[in-house]
Amino acid sequence: MDIDRRQFILLAGKALVLTPAAAVVLARLAAGQAAEAPGYEMARHWWAMAIDIEKCIGCGNCVRACKAENDVPREPAYFRTWVERYHVPVDDPEHPLVDSPDGGFDGFPARRTADGQAKDFFVPKLCNHCAQSPCVQVCPVGATFDSPDGVVLVDKTRCLGCRYCVQACPYGCRFIDPRTRVVDKCTLCYHRITRGETTACCETCPTGARRLGDLKDPRDPIHDWLRTNMVQVLKPQMATHAKVYYANLDGAVR
Amino acid sequence: MESLLRGVVGFIYPNELELQWSVLIVLYPFLTGLVAGAFILASLERVFNVEAVRPTYRLALLTALAFLLVAPLPLQLHLGHPERSLEMYFTPHRSSAMAMFGFVYLWYLMVVLVVEIWLDYRRDIVLQARASTGARRFLYRAMALWSDNISPRALAIDAKVGRFVTVLGIPSAFLLHGYVGFIFGSVKANPWWSTPLMPVVFLFSAIVSGIALVMLIYMAGCGLRGRPVDMPCVDTIARYLFYAFLIDFSLEMLDLIHRVYEADESFKTLDFMVHTKLFASQIVLQIFVGTLVPLGLLALIQLTRLTELARRTIYVLAGCLTMLGILAMRWNVVIGGQLFSKSFLGYTTYKMGFATREGLLMALAVMVLPLLILWGLVRLLPPWDAGAGADDTGNGGHGAAATRRPPS
Repeated sequence: MDIDRRQFILLAGKALVLTPAAAVVLARLAAGQAAEAPGYEMARHWWAMAIDIEKCIGCGNCVRACKAENDVPREPAYFRTWVERYHVPVDDPEHPLVDSPDGGFDGFPARRTADGQAKDFFVPKLCNHCAQSPCVQVCPVGATFDSPDGVVLVDKTRCLGCRYCVQACPYGCRFIDPRTRVVDKCTLCYHRITRGETTACCETCPTGARRLGDLKDPRDPIHDWLRTNMVQVLKPQMATHAKVYYANLDGAVR
Repeated sequence: MESLLRGVVGFIYPNELELQWSVLIVLYPFLTGLVAGAFILASLERVFNVEAVRPTYRLALLTALAFLLVAPLPLQLHLGHPERSLEMYFTPHRSSAMAMFGFVYLWYLMVVLVVEIWLDYRRDIVLQARASTGARRFLYRAMALWSDNISPRALAIDAKVGRFVTVLGIPSAFLLHGYVGFIFGSVKANPWWSTPLMPVVFLFSAIVSGIALVMLIYMAGCGLRGRPVDMPCVDTIARYLFYAFLIDFSLEMLDLIHRVYEADESFKTLDFMVHTKLFASQIVLQIFVGTLVPLGLLALIQLTRLTELARRTIYVLAGCLTMLGILAMRWNVVIGGQLFSKSFLGYTTYKMGFATREGLLMALAVMVLPLLILWGLVRLLPPWDAGAGADDTGNGGHGAAATRRPPS
């Protein structure tokens, strides 16, 4: 091929400009399709969860339901939701005794040492679906992302399995699924809530300790709940704008 | 369950049972640190005209290249889906420190290091191509990009551009390793990592380890070739090593004192960890054996007059201990940062595999590989003074360097 320097520079310049453009277009085309939920408008929702510590009895229904609903590995190191049991001595609240045998999957065995001078309670945990999530910030390929309705989701076809998001989550809500080698976490049962149902954990909670709420729906009872309870989020100093609100949360909870 | 919980003390979040980043992620900052350090040593001669270290100039560049080529390997071995890793370049997430690091890496490899080495060696490569035949000739001609022009004017342009690239390379080397520190230092969820000092500490420890490595490789190279070690050269390198090490140690102590004095909510947890699970690797290996002892040895040389043999012995010893200390530092940052629960209520243990994908054997292979690559590079592009080999114009590497770069 006979090509002078000028032509070569022009050609190379075009290739340099067009290749990333083509990559961007391809990526847009290949991006995931809209959820199969006719009538669901993401922009009209802003999901959150309300948890009342005083109502949780540590039965583990939520943990079992979550694992069954979302095909979470049964092994003890993988949880989308789990329950912790706190035993806070009145004279030493800085050093609570905490346990979560198998994430609370089978409920909790009775404690051997019953101490009258202490507080005992259960704390259900799940992804906080932070509005400023550190996990979304650090994902190198954007596989973890915020959906417009306030849910932090993972595109499993894009995740590299680098585990940076697991390190960045202050709450320990993420794990690598050993079967797929990509990250997994609570999706707030996205497949259910976009169909107008509640999450598996909320549905199976016998005491109504955890309830899904839509902050953009003015008729949602979560507004009353937030107004009538003293609420707190986990690790507020992390400034992640967590959207899992706890009523009656003790300061000892980490 | 029983076996999983073995090694767990207190309470950790259930998902924390599995440690996320293995020994391979320890090697990654170690390797990139060696690259940045070796490059900074090389630029001492080229930019700051420290003539004494000239014998190590080209060796330092080749060392940097050999280690930089291997640096992404531990990451690839660690990824759940290495086949998707190029997505970091095609669909990068701009707010991710890790994604942006990919571009810093590529910039450093392709724009700084390869170009600088090529410009510096171009004359030698052309001469090799002229003097050889067959496949060897083809290889060198390809490396010269089929150019045969080594006229004085072309070489002058090479030298000019090369100097520009080196000047550009210094902030790039700082960026390369500072950025690695930022990847850890910006994780606010982890108090062991989250400090603005992290990039600076990483940078200076990188310079320390890179200088020590090139010093050791240079002395080993002299030994293998049966040539005498250029003592003014290693004396100068050791002096720079000493200074860089002092800054590095001061920064690390500043970080430590700040943590102890501030004693925030994580302090008790971290303090307990340093006194138990990290005691051997942090207090004994990193601070005592890997820092105070080599610093003392290097100080001894600055303060006393020792024989050449004694100095050489001390340099080898101090160099090896320094490398060990910096490796321990990387271990303590990466592994140490995962041994405590983010609930601050418990600890876990790192169990390193042996012949697994992220085990000890693989880690050793990743450590040895850059040395093999360096061996190949040295064969291909001899960095030694007298050894441009086939050109035999009586004007080897050193002479070429002298004609290329008149002392200013």
